[in-house]
Amino acid sequence: MFWNEKTETLKKKDLETIQLKRLKKTIAQVQNVAFYRNAFRQAGIIPGSIRTLDDVRRVPFTRKQDLRDGYPFGFFAVPLSKVVRIHTTSGTTGKPTVVGYTRKDLDTWAELIARNLTMVGLKEGDIFQNMVNYGMFTGGLGFHYGAEKIGLTVIPSATGNTRRQIEMIQDFGVTAIHCTPSYAMHLAEIAEEMQADLPTLKTGLFGAEPWSDSMRKELEKKLGVTAYDSYGISELFGPGVAFECEERNGLHIWHDCYLVEIIDPATGEVVGDGERGELVVTPLAKEAMPLLRYRTGDITMKLEDGCLCGRSQKIGRITGRSDDMLVIRGINVFPSQIEHVLLKIPEVGNQFMVYVDRINHLDEMTIDVEINRSFFSGELQDLARIQKKVVKELRDALELRTTVRLVEPGTLPRFEGKAKRVIDRRGAS
Amino acid sequence: METDRYVIKQISIFSENRPGRLAAIAKALTEENINILAFSIAEADGFGVVRALVDKPKLAYDKLTGLGFNVAFTDVIAVKMRESPGGLYEIAKMLANVQINIEYSYAYTGKEGGVLILRVDDADQAVRLITSLGATLLESRVFQ
Repeated sequence: MFWNEKTETLKKKDLETIQLKRLKKTIAQVQNVAFYRNAFRQAGIIPGSIRTLDDVRRVPFTRKQDLRDGYPFGFFAVPLSKVVRIHTTSGTTGKPTVVGYTRKDLDTWAELIARNLTMVGLKEGDIFQNMVNYGMFTGGLGFHYGAEKIGLTVIPSATGNTRRQIEMIQDFGVTAIHCTPSYAMHLAEIAEEMQADLPTLKTGLFGAEPWSDSMRKELEKKLGVTAYDSYGISELFGPGVAFECEERNGLHIWHDCYLVEIIDPATGEVVGDGERGELVVTPLAKEAMPLLRYRTGDITMKLEDGCLCGRSQKIGRITGRSDDMLVIRGINVFPSQIEHVLLKIPEVGNQFMVYVDRINHLDEMTIDVEINRSFFSGELQDLARIQKKVVKELRDALELRTTVRLVEPGTLPRFEGKAKRVIDRRGAS
Repeated sequence: METDRYVIKQISIFSENRPGRLAAIAKALTEENINILAFSIAEADGFGVVRALVDKPKLAYDKLTGLGFNVAFTDVIAVKMRESPGGLYEIAKMLANVQINIEYSYAYTGKEGGVLILRVDDADQAVRLITSLGATLLESRVFQ
């Protein structure tokens, strides 16, 4: 199902025409922001010299720190009187950042949410419980207005009081929920405790943090939903930037509103399709706070063109943050890659710690992983075999030799908030 | 022939190779008043397995598992050895003659005299062969 079929299925050439028109408009719009006037001057770029989509690569990146330095309203390109709403980022990696919206921005944002919700089959008649923070976090209001726009019955339940949330799902016959994947897991556990059946639920929209396919299976089994990944960050409006379609094999990013580049976070160079790197986005339809080449810090890749649903090129699901990236003997390694390898080996747990040292001028990576309790036979050689298997699987995935240490179950640190699994000791000696 | 009574439940405990792990295991067994009759440590790359014969294996298993240890039972057998020079040779030669492969082994001297604990591929078959050759196996009830 499409909300805006014409735009969602634009041919490449028509799409590029719209993108270029909007890029030029955005370039003009950012001239209202001192940061960009300076950036253009320093880089020796005249706004009018951006004539093709590729020309955008001449523009310097905008980083999260730049937005912080502009606190509070330094990046607004319209008078404050035209800003009808302000949100702040969740501040998971530092001080909050301020984002502003004009009335048109809010319309655009709701339109994108409407496309996403329709894409996963929701429509008038569905009852939608929005279980995310409704305050400064963009997830609550962002989804709320998009859901109302397509005629869902919206329950703005926000967060907390999980038992009450479960009762509402039952009493109101809720068919779709939106929350973080970790909250969904919590919800499923409480529902199990209450022995509460949730027969009306069919769709789960989960976002705001990376989650794995094994977690998807778990959530689908426990909650009886089809689970979809939702991606967005406040700097690009909020949720709704990219979303899974019914194929659930990558995220459709809305190319008419976002110009996408994937770069090597270490060098800033653009990488090829299918290569993993940092998502850099130039929003094409933002008025209050236009940005150029914004470094999201999120790791993904451009997928092959063409999707059965008919929409345009997808990006891979987010697999980590560029700030987590390690360069080991010249090879880029993301902790998420290690996690993926471990998920496929039942003999070990999913928790891990990575230690990086420099020994005789060579980078050495050591990975601590827990033995899975039920795979301990009591025999030393079975443990040695498991250890070898993990080393081999890691070498195949990372193209790196690593040292793997098997540790006792339950002994590695568990992280409630942002996980800190990497200890880089190369600078220490 | 009934071989079960000769099969002894050894507890095998996965342990990282770092200070204090053996003390933690021994403390736990002390708290449950469990007697350790024999034990050994096998060590590999950064980790090891502590193997112990105890008088109350089920209780030891529950206690250690409850503390988060990864524990498994392993079937072993115990052969009586003559406690004088040549005692081990007699037994080892006998096992070699009947082609019994020892995965690992450890020994102790107690009130039963010298005892050789053996981990073999096929405990049933080993029990049959060893008893048929006239050697003495200790029944599990001697320990447990």
